[in-house]
Amino acid sequence: MSAPTTDRADGPVRRGEPILSVRGLEKHFPIKGGGLIKRTVGAVRAVDGVDLDLYPGEVLGLVGESGCGKSTTGRAILNLQPATGGSVKFEGRELVGLSRKQMRPLRRDIALVFQDPYASLNPRLPVFDIVAEPLVIHGLTKDDAELRNRVRELVETVGLNPEHTNRYPAEFSGGQRQRIGIARALALQPKVLVLDEPVSALDVSIQAGVINLLEDLKNDLGLSYLFIAHDLSVVRHISDRVAVMYLGRIIEVAERDELFERPAHPYTQALLSAIPLPDPRRERARQRIIISGDVPSPANPPSGCRFRTRCQKFAHVLTDAQRQKCIDEDPQLADRGAGHLNACHYAEATRVI
Amino acid sequence: MSIGTSGPGASATGASSLGTLSSGRSTSLRGFDVSAPLLEVTDLNVQFPSEDGLVHAVRGVDYTLRSGEVLGIVGESGSGKSVTSLAVMGLLPGNARVTGSVRYRGQELLGQTDRSMSRVRGKGVSMIFQDPMTSLDPVYRVGAQIEETLRTHDRSLSSQAAEARAAELLELVGIPNARERVRSFPHEFSGGMRQRVVIAIAMANQPDVIIADEPTTALDVTVQAQILEVLQTALEETGAAMVMITHDLGVVAGIADRVLVMYAGRPVEVGSVEDIYYEPRMPYTLGLLGSLPRLDASTRERLTPIVGSPPSLLSMPPGCPFAPRCPLHVPQCDEAEPPLLEVGPGHSAACIRTEQVERAHGHAAEVFSETAADTLLAGESLPADYTVGEGARDASSPGAPLADQPEPAATGPGAGSDTGSVVSDHRPTNGDRA
Repeated sequence: MSAPTTDRADGPVRRGEPILSVRGLEKHFPIKGGGLIKRTVGAVRAVDGVDLDLYPGEVLGLVGESGCGKSTTGRAILNLQPATGGSVKFEGRELVGLSRKQMRPLRRDIALVFQDPYASLNPRLPVFDIVAEPLVIHGLTKDDAELRNRVRELVETVGLNPEHTNRYPAEFSGGQRQRIGIARALALQPKVLVLDEPVSALDVSIQAGVINLLEDLKNDLGLSYLFIAHDLSVVRHISDRVAVMYLGRIIEVAERDELFERPAHPYTQALLSAIPLPDPRRERARQRIIISGDVPSPANPPSGCRFRTRCQKFAHVLTDAQRQKCIDEDPQLADRGAGHLNACHYAEATRVI
Repeated sequence: MSIGTSGPGASATGASSLGTLSSGRSTSLRGFDVSAPLLEVTDLNVQFPSEDGLVHAVRGVDYTLRSGEVLGIVGESGSGKSVTSLAVMGLLPGNARVTGSVRYRGQELLGQTDRSMSRVRGKGVSMIFQDPMTSLDPVYRVGAQIEETLRTHDRSLSSQAAEARAAELLELVGIPNARERVRSFPHEFSGGMRQRVVIAIAMANQPDVIIADEPTTALDVTVQAQILEVLQTALEETGAAMVMITHDLGVVAGIADRVLVMYAGRPVEVGSVEDIYYEPRMPYTLGLLGSLPRLDASTRERLTPIVGSPPSLLSMPPGCPFAPRCPLHVPQCDEAEPPLLEVGPGHSAACIRTEQVERAHGHAAEVFSETAADTLLAGESLPADYTVGEGARDASSPGAPLADQPEPAATGPGAGSDTGSVVSDHRPTNGDRA
C-alpha cells in the first residue's frame, strides 16, 4: 500500500474532525515454516492498508464477506490485536504502538460489543458482576451503593429487568445476552462503540429489538458506531455511511443511500445483487450479477486489483489493454466520477437493487 | 453496463449447457404409487425425552408436496423446521418419539426399517444439509462419495461408469475441471464448492424430492447466490420437487412456490409465496416481515420487533403459543390453540384474529407498535443531527429533554421488562464523568 492519503473529499461536508481516523492500517499474521526453527515464510495480509474516518455521532457500516478482514480491522483499531502498520488516531491521539497500560485509560472511550453473546459473557459471573466489572476496574464508583445504582441504570437502559441481575448468563436468551454485552460496553460511557457483528447470532424477530436499541442509544447518548457486519440489509438500516471491504482493503466508501443506489465498484454491485429481497415479485424480477469462485487467499493476493480474479467486468467487458491495467496497477481509493470513493479503474455507478 | 445482462448462471453454472443427464428418468421405485401425492406429511409429532421432561419439538405438522413445486419452510431457530425434515427422512436419533404419518408416493415411511428406508433415501427423497464442512466424509475422495450414492441404488453400474457419471454431476453443479476434481478430498474444496458436491450427491439418483435444510446459511452471500443457481439447475435437471428449509425470508421469496411458516413446532400459516409476503394473516408472519431490515428501503423506517422469545417446548401452556408475544392478544387466545383454518384459496392461518391482521395488508407497523416505553427511549425530542462534541454527554444527562414525557402506564421497571421492550424511567447518568 502506498502512503496513506490524509485529505480527501469524503462526500458531503462532515461535521468537524473525525473522532476516529484510520490510515493505512495493516495487520499481517506471520506464517511460520515447519521444522525445528520456526521461520517466518510469509504473511497473511488480513488487513492491508485500510483507511477509514468515523465522525462524531455517525454510524459507519463496515461490510464484507467472511475473511475480508473486517473483524480484524475492528480489533486492530482497539489494539486488541496490535496493528503491524499504519495509524489509528482517536481524537487526534495515536493508538498504534501504545502498550496495554497506555491503552487502558482510552478503553473508557472506545468499547467493543462482540458477536457471539453466548461466548462473550463469563458464564460463571452473575450479570451484575459482568456489567459492574469495567466500573470496578476503572474505579469509577465511590461506593457499593453508587455501583449498584449505576448497574441498575445500565441494565434498564438496555431494556432488561434490573431485578434479574443476580442471574447468570445461561438464564437469558440470545437477545437478552446481547443486551447485557451492550450494557457492559456502555458502562464506561464510551464515545465510540465498535460493534462486531452484534446481531448476526440472533433470530430476526429478536435482532430487530437489538437494532432499535442500538439506534436509540446512539441518538440518546451521542455515540459513534463502527458497525461491522456481513448483513447488508442491517447495515443499510442502521448506517449513515458504509465502507465495503474486500481482501483486506476498503474498496468503496459512500453515504448510505449513495452506496446502495449507485454502487460503482463491481464487487459492491455483485454483493448487493446477491442479496435476496424478502419480496417475491421484486426478487423474481431481478437480474442477478453472479461472481464466480471464492475469495483468494490473503496470504497471496492477486497482483494489481485484488478483485480482478472474480470480477465480471474484468472477465467479460474490458478489452485486453484495459485488463492489463487491472493486472499491473493497484487501484487506489479515489473518486472516479461516481461521486464517492472507490477502488476500481473502471468504476461506473449502476443501480442493482 | 453489460454485466447485469449477462444473465443468471452465466458463470456459476457454466455447465448447464451440458444437457440433461445421460440416463434420463429411470427412477420410479417399485412398490410406490406414482399417482399418489409425492410427499404427504400428516399430524407429525416428534418428542424428545430430556432430563426436564418431554420436549415436544414438532407438534402436528401437515403438508403435501406436489410434484415439481418448491415448498419453503420458514421459522426461527427452535421452531422445529429441521426436526420435521429429519423425521421425514427417518434420520432422528433412536430416542425420538415420532408419531403421525409420512407418505411418499402413497407408502408410509414412518416405522420402516433402516434397510427399507435406504431404498428411498437418495433415490426417492434426498437431502442437502446445512453445513458442507461436516456433511461430507473427510477421508473419502468426493468422487467416491458420489459413486457410493450411485452404486447403492444401481448395483449393476460399473465403477468406470459411476466415476464418469460422478464427473458429469460435478460439472453440472459448476465445479471446474470436474474430471480431475473427482479425485480431490473435501478439505481441498472451499465451503461453496463442498456444498456443490453435496448437491451433486443429492441429485445423483434423480430423486423425486430434495429436502434442503438451510443449504446456504453457512455460506457468504455471493457464494449463496451461486448455490441458489445450482439448486435451480438441480431442480431443472432432475424435475424434483423441493422442500426448502430456511430462516432467510429473502431466499424463500426467490425460490419457493408455497411457504409454510412454523412457530413453536407447528405450522401457523401456509399459503402461496405471494399470500405470505403480501397478505399474511397470522400475526407472527406479519411480525417476522416487520422485523426484517430491508435492503431495498430508501427511507429508514423503524423496525417492529416481536417482543419476548419463543415458548419453551417443554411445557406449552394451553392456547395459542404466540399469544404472549402477540399484539392482538385477547383472552380467547389463551383458551385453546387455534387450528390451521383456511382464510383464502390455498391459504390457511392458525389465528382467531385473522381479520385484524388482514387489515394491515402486510404492513407490520399497523399491528406491531412499539410500547410507550420504547418511544420514550427513542428520544424523539432530540435533534436528529445531535453531535457528540464537547457538551454532548451533558446534553443527554438525566432530566434533559426526555423528562417531561409521560411515564408509560403499563410498564414500570420490573413489569415484563425482560421481554425485550425498553423500560427507561431512570436515565443513565452520563454527566458524571464530565
